[in-house]
Amino acid sequence: MTPFSHHEGLVAPMDRANVDTDLIIPKQFLKSIKRTGFGPNLFDDLRYLDEGQPGADCSGRPLNPDFPLNFPRYQGATILLARENFGCGSSREHAPWALADYGFRVIIAPSFADIFYNNCFKNGVLPLVLTAEQVDTLFASVYAHEGFTLEVDLRSQRVMTPAGDVFSFEVDAFRKQRMLEGLDDIGMTLKSADTIRRFEAQWRQRSPWLFGSLDTAAER
Amino acid sequence: MAAMTLYDKLWNHHLVEQWDNGSALIYIDRHLLHEVTSPQAFEGLRLAGRKPWRLGANLAVPDHNVPTGADERRGGVAGILDPISRLQVQTLDDNCRAFDIVEIPINDVRQGIVHVIGPETGATLPGMTLVCGDSHTSTHGAFAALAHGIGTSEVEHVLATQCLVQQKMKNLQVRVSGRLQPGVSAKDLALAIIGRIGTAGGTGYAIEFAGEAVRALSMEGRMTLCNMSIEAGARVGVIAVDEITIDYVRNRPFAPRGAMWEAAVAAWRDLHSDEGAKFDRVVELDGAAIEPQVTWGTSPEMVTSVHGHVPDPAGMDSPSRAAAVQRALDYMGLRPGMPITDIRPDRVFIGSCTNSRIEDLREAAAVVRGRRKADSVRQVLVVPGSGQVKRQAEAEGLDRIFLAAGMEWREPGCSMCLAMNADRLGAGEHCASTSNRNFEGRQGSGGRTHLVSPAMAAAAAVTGHFTDVRQLVEVAA
Ligand code: SF4
Repeated sequence: MTPFSHHEGLVAPMDRANVDTDLIIPKQFLKSIKRTGFGPNLFDDLRYLDEGQPGADCSGRPLNPDFPLNFPRYQGATILLARENFGCGSSREHAPWALADYGFRVIIAPSFADIFYNNCFKNGVLPLVLTAEQVDTLFASVYAHEGFTLEVDLRSQRVMTPAGDVFSFEVDAFRKQRMLEGLDDIGMTLKSADTIRRFEAQWRQRSPWLFGSLDTAAER
Repeated sequence: MAAMTLYDKLWNHHLVEQWDNGSALIYIDRHLLHEVTSPQAFEGLRLAGRKPWRLGANLAVPDHNVPTGADERRGGVAGILDPISRLQVQTLDDNCRAFDIVEIPINDVRQGIVHVIGPETGATLPGMTLVCGDSHTSTHGAFAALAHGIGTSEVEHVLATQCLVQQKMKNLQVRVSGRLQPGVSAKDLALAIIGRIGTAGGTGYAIEFAGEAVRALSMEGRMTLCNMSIEAGARVGVIAVDEITIDYVRNRPFAPRGAMWEAAVAAWRDLHSDEGAKFDRVVELDGAAIEPQVTWGTSPEMVTSVHGHVPDPAGMDSPSRAAAVQRALDYMGLRPGMPITDIRPDRVFIGSCTNSRIEDLREAAAVVRGRRKADSVRQVLVVPGSGQVKRQAEAEGLDRIFLAAGMEWREPGCSMCLAMNADRLGAGEHCASTSNRNFEGRQGSGGRTHLVSPAMAAAAAVTGHFTDVRQLVEVAA
């Protein structure tokens, strides 16, 4: 995973509550067996006027002129400003894959759905919670100033506006550390392999019925 | 020791290591896999040269992409017409073979939606931790299992380490007093709870469903309720073990037998919240007051009673709420203030991991029996949750009731719940659906979903508009 410590970038608005992962990346694109290439289909239903097909080239598709990500002023945005309960619904990790592939490194919202929040950290996308009032202020700034950027510092847990306003945010220590160092989760967990093995042996003794075989002959 | 909630007990039993930064390593007993969220995880293992930690913990099944038409199904994986879907199902088969993971293949009679076949085969047992790369894994909490959805990185993590790094959730108890009225089902209860606490109401919590109305539910009903915990924002929903749980699990193919069964049952009897256990939050509802529910919007919390009306944004205090409602009404093509019973579905879908079990099909068939699909309804799809459910329903003659009414009887799979296969809505079409999500485009681009119970879906199918099912059939008290 790409490490993340400091980021400065252009902010784009996604001004609606309860943006679900179906909206972030519609199901037809989940048929891919790859982790990359989802960027052109991010927000597909909102972004294009026609219906997107998996595997099809998006460059010639008609764009929805009313969708902010299509506005010239938001091209190259790397920070997405969003409303409450962002990322609700399906657990598809394709959602953060699509956001990252498009180029977003930070999502700012007053709240996130649990699974999506967790999935972001695995993919070098920082989901950042500010208060509803702070988010309101930022929306106003994004609309008022073309080219509005933010600076995000994970180490000090701060967001800075060009005008010099500073908002601090919370993030749990474990996720922060992993994100800063870009660590491989599995490698880290496997450092505890002996502890896991010991636990497993005890647990098996205590609950042997959880360790039965599932391998019975198929009945057709 | 302090009184513990059921969630606390399940957490403690599986705690491998507690770190002082608030995270913990939790042991995973059962891992279910399907074709959509696993290919990238297997690829990750392959790239890192890793092997699954404990093969016997994993069970895979294709469900999201599989066609439900009998003709297309006959050819197995090779017969799937959509080449991209075919490749994804084929990839699951290949990965399971390469990594030696048990898979129930496409045309095995046990194949079905992952959340239907887990409990049905006994792969889901009380007291276990169970995960799957699918948010409706909360379903399995009906068995007092700690069960939740995970992303693909975590699928890989569980395969490689048999553990997950987790933060402990808070405890929310939803207590439902009284009894549901006849004709009101677990689905109506789930929707009423979501209507009450909102789609983010359970975020950060594990919900325990308790109270007389919950205790009275069958296992099928409990699964429906826990299934939709995620629509209330909670990854986990649990219900304590009782005789109903134990009776359901007994003699399932993968359930323990003999002395092992006795030992298991003895352990399972402790799977309930202790007297005096502390919840961070408690929500109480009167079960007897709940009416059949219908969603009118594009979020499961946009729900009302079948006797209610579509809301009018004009009368709302909060401008952001009014804007959200207006956007939903525009998408749904509904008039503010119109009665719910005036909404006319173009299609009806009875299926999904929420409502495709035998009891659901019985409830729908009881309404359909002796009636016909309304002419205005273009299509009614009845999609059993698994091959076993299908076989059981056919043994009871339910398929003939649906077919005689002009409805379609399909092969098991996720089908029109998320429309990854050919079963989908056209733009602008309304659907009475027993699934769990009414998001924009969920059942097909531009499709308009109304979430209801199986009996309510059947009632809409035969009358051509939403109808209180209790006015249609003598519901047994
Ligand atoms: S039936 Fe629907 S909600 Fe359930 S697992 Fe399948 S796609 Fe997901």
